[in-house]
Amino acid sequence: MPSDFWQFISGTLRLITKGNRAYYAWVGFLLLLIAIGAAAYVRQLNDGLIATRMRDQVSWGFYIGNFTFLVGVAAAAIMLVIPAYIYDWEPIKEITILGEMLAISALIMCLGFVMVDIGRPDRFWHIIPLVGRLNWPQSMLAWDVIVLNLYLLLNWFVVTYLLFCAYTERHYVKKLVLPLVLLSIPMAVSIHTVTAYLYNGLAARPFWNSAILAPRFLASAFCSGPAILLILLQVLRRTTRLKIKDEAIFKIAELMAYTMGFNLFLTAAEAFKELYSGTEHMVYFQYLLFGLKGHNTLVPYAWASILFGLAAFILFLVPRTRTNWVTLNIGCVLIYASVYIEKGMGLIIPGLTPDALGEIYVYSPSSTEIAVAAGIFAIGFLVFTLMLKAAVPMMLGEFTINRRRRRAGAS
Amino acid sequence: MTDLNPTCPPEGRDGASDGCGSRREFLGTAVAAVATALTGCGKLSQEEFLQRNFRELSKEEVRDVIARLEKEYKAKYGKEVKVADTPPIPGVIFGYALDLSRCIGCRRCVYACVKENNQSRDPGVQWISVLEMEKEEGVNLQHADLYYDPAEVPREGHFYMPVQCQQCKKPPCVKVCPVGATWRDKDGIVVVDYNWCIGCRYCMAACPYGARHFNWAEPHLPAGEVNPDTHYFGNRPRPKGVVEKCTFCIQRTRKGLYPACVEICPTGSRKFGNLLDRTSEIRYILENKRVFKFKEELNTQPNFFYFYGV
Repeated sequence: MPSDFWQFISGTLRLITKGNRAYYAWVGFLLLLIAIGAAAYVRQLNDGLIATRMRDQVSWGFYIGNFTFLVGVAAAAIMLVIPAYIYDWEPIKEITILGEMLAISALIMCLGFVMVDIGRPDRFWHIIPLVGRLNWPQSMLAWDVIVLNLYLLLNWFVVTYLLFCAYTERHYVKKLVLPLVLLSIPMAVSIHTVTAYLYNGLAARPFWNSAILAPRFLASAFCSGPAILLILLQVLRRTTRLKIKDEAIFKIAELMAYTMGFNLFLTAAEAFKELYSGTEHMVYFQYLLFGLKGHNTLVPYAWASILFGLAAFILFLVPRTRTNWVTLNIGCVLIYASVYIEKGMGLIIPGLTPDALGEIYVYSPSSTEIAVAAGIFAIGFLVFTLMLKAAVPMMLGEFTINRRRRRAGAS
Repeated sequence: MTDLNPTCPPEGRDGASDGCGSRREFLGTAVAAVATALTGCGKLSQEEFLQRNFRELSKEEVRDVIARLEKEYKAKYGKEVKVADTPPIPGVIFGYALDLSRCIGCRRCVYACVKENNQSRDPGVQWISVLEMEKEEGVNLQHADLYYDPAEVPREGHFYMPVQCQQCKKPPCVKVCPVGATWRDKDGIVVVDYNWCIGCRYCMAACPYGARHFNWAEPHLPAGEVNPDTHYFGNRPRPKGVVEKCTFCIQRTRKGLYPACVEICPTGSRKFGNLLDRTSEIRYILENKRVFKFKEELNTQPNFFYFYGV
């Protein structure tokens, strides 16, 4: 068994280092982005976070926005796990492993965005449970550290185990996998809920201090995560021998229509409460949707997010546009853009503008922030690409221990 | 923004090495590479890297930490800087009251605070924010101006409201800190362990008073302007990448002195004292004036009160 595992590791390494020209070009491109991001990060380490455009008034920005969005992507893996395992719905089952790999990549990006956002990365060990001094259970950030890492570990284990079984041509032990997969469902809900609570619990920031923030997080995540997967599944169908039925894709699209509808409803409920009651808490929504005191940088993005969401909702709700590949893919891109704005800058910036003393500091990311973020996204894409490269042949049974042995025997 | 962009400080500024110098010992282990890389330009000493939360340190360890800091400051500023760790005085909880009817918005408190507390001059950090408000609006942050700049204060039709750390009895900043780097001490002062803070800035998001400030760059403090009489939790020079805030001048008040802002105020708008002492001025104000707490509805329960004296 241990020797099998070493073969599995060495086989994986061999798979990810060999590929066609397009593969090398893609990996090279990602490595280039990572290098650009790393150079920008070194600059930020030397100068301090002044290299960003965050300041005391808007003390969180692009990094934390991306972090929040990606927690949602990571959580959305369960969107596929629920129907696959609970209802034993076969067409989706084989692709849940893709969702889990997406979750792993998203979580790695999440941790990366937290790491680049903190002012003293040399003190990261202070936040490690048992090693440092975690302020648990008081701090929501302490909770987030715990659940994100547990979720990462859980997904990593399940993916590795399932692939190892595929490689060694064993059937996985259902008694082991099923409870873990079932556990990953509440875990996925919890990572996004805890991340929502992180903002939700701050009475100082009325924009975040709303009871429906966590439900809104979940609803939007269950649109954006599958949107990425739907496009990915189509790519995989074309480039590999992986068979994914149309039925599975359309079913996911249908589920997304419902969650997008719910997400839009919750957003409307929030906006109604703030704008109709018109208390002093309204200023944050005003800043986001209409601009405040002549500052309206967020306005076009906010409305684009809402309109994209509405358009995608209609495209996914109508069976004819849902089952048309062109409109389906347009819908996916619209959803992705809509939620990226809403859960990124559209969440963080109006939460902090106007600031606690009423000042409007107009924030937009600096070139350093954009370069560092591009580097982190490239790391995530690279991790995902490498995992896919190894996983697909194993899932298809093209790359197994017996095939290797047979080949070794023949030669 | 290049003017706000001090990179690795130029060699020999103020005859010192400013945070990236050669004075520190190198880490001996594999950790060195990572830790050093993560501090950017810094060479991190093993002692500094491994220092635990202040509340977990033994008396001997505290002594060593303070000796190390004093040595670093001496090398950096070329003069003796004393770092005290004076504990809270038993039977004392500090309270502060600010008379909105007397404050004229001269900002002398702001500058006295910067000087006393060794705040970074570049980029500038100020612990007190004086807001100019419209008399017709009352305390309304949507009509507040932090950057007022008339030829003369007070301006007609306006009043002034200085805001600093309110030393809450239920501080939201303390609750959210993921590593316990900030806490409320027995005398009611909310302190920050600058050597334990990871710089996540969650406390800044949680503070309803904008009282917490971050060292976005290496703080620059001219050697000639260093106040050498410091406290570990107060005005000792801060490193880059950590959060700081008003401590009621902990280095002064725990020795029985008034905070610098109280002393400098030309109008006597600022009152300070022991809330547990029935004969104190602060108690007189609480008993005889009508006071209010800023953002009372958030239930942070400040020990900082505003009142209208006349």
